[in-house]
Amino acid sequence: MSVELDVFVGNTTIMDKEVYQLWLNGYTVNDAVKVRIEGGVMEECEASAEVLLSDTMDQYRTFQMCERLLHHPAKLANQLLFQIPPDRQAMLIERYYAFDDSFVREVLGKKLSKGTKKDLDDVSTKTGITLKSCRRQFDNFKRVFKVVEELKGPLVENIRQHFLLPDQLARDYAAIVFFANNRFETGKKKLQYLTFQDFAFCAGQLINNWTLGAVDNMTEDMDVDLDKEFLQDLKDLKILITDKDLLDQHKSLVCTALRGKTNVFNEMEANFKNLSRGLVNIAAKLINAKDVRDFFIDLVEKFIEPCRSDKWTSIDMNLYLTHYTNSAHILDTFKHHAVWTRYMGVIKSCILKMYHD
Amino acid sequence: MPGKLKAKIVAGRHLPVMDRASDLTDAFVEVKFGNTTFKTDVYPKSLNPQWNSEWFKFEVDDEDLQDEPLQITVLDHDTYSANDAIGKVYIDIDPLLCSEAATVISGWLPIYDTIHGIRGEINVLVKVDLFNDLNRFRQSSCGVKFFCTTSIPRCYRAVMVHGFVEELVVNEDPEYQWIDRIRTPRASNEARQRLIFLMSGELQRKIGLKVLEMGGNAVVGYLQCFDLEGETGLVVRAIGTACTLEKISTLPATATHPSNSSPSKDMKDSPQAAPSTLGCRSTHSSPVHSASSRLSQGFSVSVPTLLFAGMKPRHRSSEAPRARQCRPGFGEEAPGVPLSSGPPTPLRAQTFSSFSPSKSYSRQSSSSDTELSLTPKTGMGSGGSAGKEAGPLKALLRQQTQSALEQREYPFFTLTAFPPGFLLHVGGVVSARSVKLLDRIHNPDEPETRDAWWEEIRQEIKSHAKALGCHAVVGYSESTSICEEVCILSASGTAAILSSRFMQDGSLDTEHRLSRQPLCVFSTGSERVEGDMGSSASLGFEEVVPPGCGFCHIPYDELNIPFPAQLTYCYCCRRYKVPDVLFTTIDLPTEANVTGKGCLIQARLCRTKKKAQGEGNATAISNLLPFLEYELHTQLMNKLKLRGMNALFGLRIQISVGETMLLGLASATGVYLTALPSPGGIQVAGKTPSDITYEQHISNMQKKINDTISKNKELHEINPPEVVEEIIGSPIPEPRQRSRLFRSHSESSDEVSELDLSHGKKDAFVLEIDDTDAVEDIHALLTDSPTPAGFYSCNTEIMPGIQNWTSAIQMFTSVRVFRLNANLTNQGLNKIFSDLCENLLKSLYFKLRSMVPCCLCHLNFTVAIPEDELIQVAVTAVAMSFDKEQSLENGKQSGEKTLIKAITENDEQLQFNLELNAETSSPNPLSSPKGLSEVGSHPSARDRCSSWIEQLKLKAHTIRRGSVKTTSSLEKASPLPEGRSRSLRSNRSYSGSSVAVVKMTPLSFIPGAKIIKYLGIINMFFIRETTSLREEGGVSGFLHTFIAEVFAMVRAHVAALGGNAVVSYSMKECVFMENPNKNQAQCLINVSGDAVIFIQESELESTSVQTQSATTHTSNGGEGT
Repeated sequence: MSVELDVFVGNTTIMDKEVYQLWLNGYTVNDAVKVRIEGGVMEECEASAEVLLSDTMDQYRTFQMCERLLHHPAKLANQLLFQIPPDRQAMLIERYYAFDDSFVREVLGKKLSKGTKKDLDDVSTKTGITLKSCRRQFDNFKRVFKVVEELKGPLVENIRQHFLLPDQLARDYAAIVFFANNRFETGKKKLQYLTFQDFAFCAGQLINNWTLGAVDNMTEDMDVDLDKEFLQDLKDLKILITDKDLLDQHKSLVCTALRGKTNVFNEMEANFKNLSRGLVNIAAKLINAKDVRDFFIDLVEKFIEPCRSDKWTSIDMNLYLTHYTNSAHILDTFKHHAVWTRYMGVIKSCILKMYHD
Repeated sequence: MPGKLKAKIVAGRHLPVMDRASDLTDAFVEVKFGNTTFKTDVYPKSLNPQWNSEWFKFEVDDEDLQDEPLQITVLDHDTYSANDAIGKVYIDIDPLLCSEAATVISGWLPIYDTIHGIRGEINVLVKVDLFNDLNRFRQSSCGVKFFCTTSIPRCYRAVMVHGFVEELVVNEDPEYQWIDRIRTPRASNEARQRLIFLMSGELQRKIGLKVLEMGGNAVVGYLQCFDLEGETGLVVRAIGTACTLEKISTLPATATHPSNSSPSKDMKDSPQAAPSTLGCRSTHSSPVHSASSRLSQGFSVSVPTLLFAGMKPRHRSSEAPRARQCRPGFGEEAPGVPLSSGPPTPLRAQTFSSFSPSKSYSRQSSSSDTELSLTPKTGMGSGGSAGKEAGPLKALLRQQTQSALEQREYPFFTLTAFPPGFLLHVGGVVSARSVKLLDRIHNPDEPETRDAWWEEIRQEIKSHAKALGCHAVVGYSESTSICEEVCILSASGTAAILSSRFMQDGSLDTEHRLSRQPLCVFSTGSERVEGDMGSSASLGFEEVVPPGCGFCHIPYDELNIPFPAQLTYCYCCRRYKVPDVLFTTIDLPTEANVTGKGCLIQARLCRTKKKAQGEGNATAISNLLPFLEYELHTQLMNKLKLRGMNALFGLRIQISVGETMLLGLASATGVYLTALPSPGGIQVAGKTPSDITYEQHISNMQKKINDTISKNKELHEINPPEVVEEIIGSPIPEPRQRSRLFRSHSESSDEVSELDLSHGKKDAFVLEIDDTDAVEDIHALLTDSPTPAGFYSCNTEIMPGIQNWTSAIQMFTSVRVFRLNANLTNQGLNKIFSDLCENLLKSLYFKLRSMVPCCLCHLNFTVAIPEDELIQVAVTAVAMSFDKEQSLENGKQSGEKTLIKAITENDEQLQFNLELNAETSSPNPLSSPKGLSEVGSHPSARDRCSSWIEQLKLKAHTIRRGSVKTTSSLEKASPLPEGRSRSLRSNRSYSGSSVAVVKMTPLSFIPGAKIIKYLGIINMFFIRETTSLREEGGVSGFLHTFIAEVFAMVRAHVAALGGNAVVSYSMKECVFMENPNKNQAQCLINVSGDAVIFIQESELESTSVQTQSATTHTSNGGEGT
């Protein structure tokens, strides 16, 4: 005696948010039923485990049938097979494309290739996220990446339009795509303390200021690559550390401005040359793709770590960077104001974001 | 008369990749109608081709227009090999042939392939130009409107109800033709789909012809079925009720739809010319072979509802004779019928003006069914109920109606809901079954035998109805169950007495004016009041029968009750006899007085049967049937009593035959009719009172049952005025007085009053548990778990006691197939089957929990035995949310009662009223409130004293009830601010999505909305097959996809017609076959419904300009992509 076939089809497709989440999380039907039973839905609705199983299976089947459409969210709106109210459609899409921060930290900056996908079981065991869910998230990244890669125009806007994602999620995807494209190193031990949101913020800064689209959004090029010309120009900033006079001048200007305003003034003064060298060197090296990848690790090693060991507060950091940036403009022999502003603007906000425990 | 069909192929989208190399498709389209085919250009390398073709024009006969579908095939061009078919779209152009329906078909339609399912969509435009209107109805039946809805459609009013129409066509099933061995499954499926399309078109045209012949312009309650007989062929048959409908402009501004009223006018003119020319048309189309067959066993049993009501003890002992007893032999009852038609009372003379009898014989050649001796009996069945001063009048009226009906071959009506005043009395359920052996066609020229089979059954039904003293059968339906070569034919309906006013030409003109308002409205509470008032105002004699209880009054002669039943005086009006229990197949009349809420009641039964062949098999089945039916009825009765209810509506008994078992499933909605006596409890009695533990066991059981009854009563809010019963039971000699009064008018003798007295006090229904059967019964009774909180269920159109629906509706279909173990006993089988249904219901409740509080309406179960050891149950229903807070509108009933209460409290006024009425004895329906007026208006021949007693009683009654109502409404008034999810509500005006929302419902209405236009019938048949079952997610995945696809196609076609909803939707067939070993499965689904345009009532309330724009907006929504 067994139920051989059991289906339920509504004119308006019924989707339980809770079951959808379980499905997205990669639970098997039986595990999902267990979770639901523990959730107490049974007592609430006078249902039996049998009913719950039947419902869960049915929902899972519906989601599987929908998944094909979710890969092209625009299709969901004009397909005829499922009648889903628009608010539900939005929910389906948003949740399907949602990801776990712990997962994304593992693959951020990695090449979205088959090789990476093969390693997902390691990621799964490390993060405790089911392999199925990992795969879905990974495939989402890859799908978005593939579609956006070839598109012109602003990255975030492209993602939002093609995948009908809410603004914040679109921005996160933009960050993921940007990181994957530029292969930024994020996995090093020293970077472990940084969250995905830290990186996403930095990515947003980079996209908005350092890509070609940032200066001239009419050009045919895309948001995903850094502005080569700008990177070339960054080499000119080296003068700030190579020219002894300029470096001293810069230091004295900054120290004058900072004196008495901070508890760590002595450390700042002592470290100025080192820190300035660090930042300018990062700028000068960015023309090499290899060094672009190490951008964040460099920032941490060359700047954040020394400051942290000197126990700078965020306020100190802000103060220092503001004066450091502004003072350069007063130097009479320094000509590259535009590039300096563009560079330091991003660096400053990135460092401020990254400067925490 | 020819017409011009025009089609334009605009574009395609989401096409599948047909060329693996390029991941693209070179698509083109073939448009075929009849034998003419057009092609579009190939649109190379695209999954979203833009053909934008010219208009393809087909010049065709309108007969073909009715029969043939437009066939659109999308193909992939291939230079080297044969072009690959992507899929097909069949478009039924029938809606375009009726001027009142759709004018254009335009929109995205799914491209369907029987192997792959939906493969993209195609945008088409289809129009029809019919050449002038003058002789439009000569050659075909274009223009006859078809409705699946089993009531008068919402935006029409019935000018006349003509009666029963039926037709069937037979053909060979392509699946069983020799060629099927060499063609692909796809070709075979497509041949079948196309054939069924053709056959249903032909059938509809033929029915249309009959309607025109009768002078009608529409078919309401159109029910089309397929019998897949297998080797012997394929039968498509249909029944319906022919009507003359007239459109009422529902919009406040009448000028908005000027075109709507005109066609109906020319419909009315045309019939005169039509019949003469229609006669000569050959209706036998050539490719149709007639299936011959031989009758093996004829069996028929009629169980008129109340049948077992009175048999209490010992009813187990002899089933067989009882089963025979339940056949009311129509020969016997004839002599016993008293002729009670007295002379018309002069007092009521003025009512005669409302009908002119002379015209009723004008048309309709009387079809003679002489062998049934349908002698026009005057006053048939009117003995008891009509034995009042109004009796003779009614008898005369009845006589007239009857003669109008008797001219028809079958006085059957597929309607389940009626315009106010149409349904006078209900007798009970009549049903007939017959077991037939299908046989191979040896001689294709041999005349049709299927027709003869149905004729037999219909005659049987007709005679059963007569036995119940009724001249008509309403809520009539037919069905079959086929297993191998055995076929069970079933028909059932409700015997009833109808008012003549929709059946006679004479009353047309006067009725026309008077009943204009009432007919359109019987949906929501406030409107209903209006409807009642209107109808009673328009018909002088109608007041005699109070609308709230009139239909319950027995139509048969109480001296010759065709089956054992206990009669009592009506608990509403106290003047007519009512049975103790009432079973019907119709919907609960909207005006009925109901206490509490209703609920779904199901009797389920499974019986094993030996495997047999041919005639032996048929005999075995025929022998089993009466027992099956008897037990189903017992179960229904028990469950009804267990819920403390006294009437069943929408009763549908389905018997399904398999190789080794028979399945019986009876579903109905139980209610407590205020007019009927309160049901007694169920008493368990043991036969051997020796053992103490046994006694204890019994008393435990009894306690359980009693608890369940009281729990159920509470659940369904059944709190009838128990005090009234005491009054009846109390030995006041008043009933006798009443009966004496009766005697002066009818032939009723003392027996009547004795009968009444003896059953005045309700006895309990006794269940004896002396054998395992009974134990099983009790278990079955108690295993039905109550519906969870917040849920109600019914299988009828409306749920009594719930009116304030929100607009959130959710239609769904659920299918389950259960595999049984071999060698099960009857009990085991029963339990499994019952559990299967119960679990299915539980699942539904769980699924729909977000809609609470809600009611599952029109729960329609279909059982089948697809193969040995498999049981398939399919359910289609709609879940509708309602507001828990009692709205003002809902307070109609209680409001009415408080009104009565207020009046009864005011004695002076009462007396005045009474005297006024006694003196003038003229009805004053407008001033006197309902319930009171019935009593107050006819005391003429009665002596004052008795009427006073009556009045006092009523007063006590109403006061009691009034107070009860108030408290209950107070309880309800406590607001329950639950966070209800309204997400299911369709949001009509959203942007970003190009797909219009199409609502679907098995009901004839959409809550909170007004249907403003019917666009035509949707009748679709699909086959889906797979050879990769596992890859498609197994049987469940396969069927899930298929049902979703069917829904999608229905919605798309409705949207293309410009509609935004399907009402009266039903899935009539779902045949599922699987072969997991071969990784194959096949499924056939047939669905139907009425495509409509509706607008939300909230929108309607706004200015007419806005409504107009809303209408155009909706239709544009369909047209625009």
